[in-house]
Amino acid sequence: MTLAAADGGEPLIRWDWIGDHTGQLADLTAHHLKLALLPILFGLVVAIPLGLLCARWRWLYPPTLGVANVLYGLPSLALFMLFIPYFGIGSGGRADFTIIVPLTLFSLSVLVPNVVDGLRSVPDPVRQAATAMGFGTLRRLIQVELPIAVPVVIAGARVAAVSSISLVSVGTLIGNGGLGQLFVDGYSRDFTTPIIVSCVLIIALALISDGVLVAAQRLLTPWARRGTR
Amino acid sequence: MNLADQIKDAWTWLTASAHWSGGDGIPHRLLEHLGYSALALVIAALIALPLGALVGHTGRGGFAVVTVANFARSIPTLGLLLLVVTVTSIGLTPVIIPLIALATPPILVNTYEGVRGVDPDIKDAARGMGMTGPGILLKAEVPVAMPLILLGLRTAAIQVVATATIAAYAGIGGLGRYIVDGLARKDYPSVVGGSVLVVLLAVIVQLAFVGIRRAVVSRGLRN
Repeated sequence: MTLAAADGGEPLIRWDWIGDHTGQLADLTAHHLKLALLPILFGLVVAIPLGLLCARWRWLYPPTLGVANVLYGLPSLALFMLFIPYFGIGSGGRADFTIIVPLTLFSLSVLVPNVVDGLRSVPDPVRQAATAMGFGTLRRLIQVELPIAVPVVIAGARVAAVSSISLVSVGTLIGNGGLGQLFVDGYSRDFTTPIIVSCVLIIALALISDGVLVAAQRLLTPWARRGTR
Repeated sequence: MNLADQIKDAWTWLTASAHWSGGDGIPHRLLEHLGYSALALVIAALIALPLGALVGHTGRGGFAVVTVANFARSIPTLGLLLLVVTVTSIGLTPVIIPLIALATPPILVNTYEGVRGVDPDIKDAARGMGMTGPGILLKAEVPVAMPLILLGLRTAAIQVVATATIAAYAGIGGLGRYIVDGLARKDYPSVVGGSVLVVLLAVIVQLAFVGIRRAVVSRGLRN
């Protein structure tokens, strides 16, 4: 393989490189998706009950929101560092949690406020109707208010998923960044093709995940479409 | 190593007097970090505030603004940084460009949503008082939208301060130097100490925006 500096007549992108590396690209893409989307899944599993608790006992919400705000402001690289002693460094196996745990915390900082906002957006008459039908607080929260909150929760999941997919690549600085590995690979060899290819793949993954979440929202809220007809 | 050791090492590193002076000292790195962040944020605000306000005011091009902003949000900052550095060279410009790309979407979307969402009755009242287009925008719509606009600026500021860390990877200064160099030298206290500094800075930026909000948002809009 011939490599030259970007200004030495080297094209910005070498198409044959892509063909030669399809196997590696597929592996990195799969690993990237695992690192980026498991945190969203874990985030939802934690955020929904936590949001329900905050909606049920309102005094819980301000401190929770404060923690979420601080979490949101943390630099991803710094947070990855903090978990190296517990899960190790490298790619695959236990070391993946060095990336997955911090990204789960980031997704919580977006998801928890959205779950609570979604639950609060439920109109009072709906709540009263459910109570009048004999629903207890918990059953009303889960069977009536949570489904109505779905659009706001999914709006949060979309933001969390897109930023998670982008943030995984920062993990490459500690040796585990999915497609981000190719950034450093290209940068260290002054070779733009891997950088561009992985950027394009990451953006494509983000857009596809976004589309899947929009489709999920349509499936979960069939009444939203029925209402407009 | 456990959490207590981590904290102890970081504390030892942070309080060593050798780390508080000279070109690689904390004050100098902190100023560099703030400098890059502020420059990127100001440029992003100069692009996004007028554009967002105009689109929100006229109601035209809203879909395009939201689509472009969502697309921009999916661009991996590190990839863009390393690509720009590889194509051009190491320096300030290649670091600032990805940070601007990071800061613009939240400011743009929040300004647009804020101005668009202003109660039509307020606009009618402004018109009734004899205001025309620009007057309505600047004296009625922007002040009412201010909480959302500030939220966008805060989001952008926090993300820029946190992300400016990776500037070190492209060979320039800032607090990221401690993290990137520390990783390369396997100097773990430097990595943790640098991380703690960036986290503190992000928290200070959040607090600063609480103060700005109090100073800038009209009293009638605060509850």
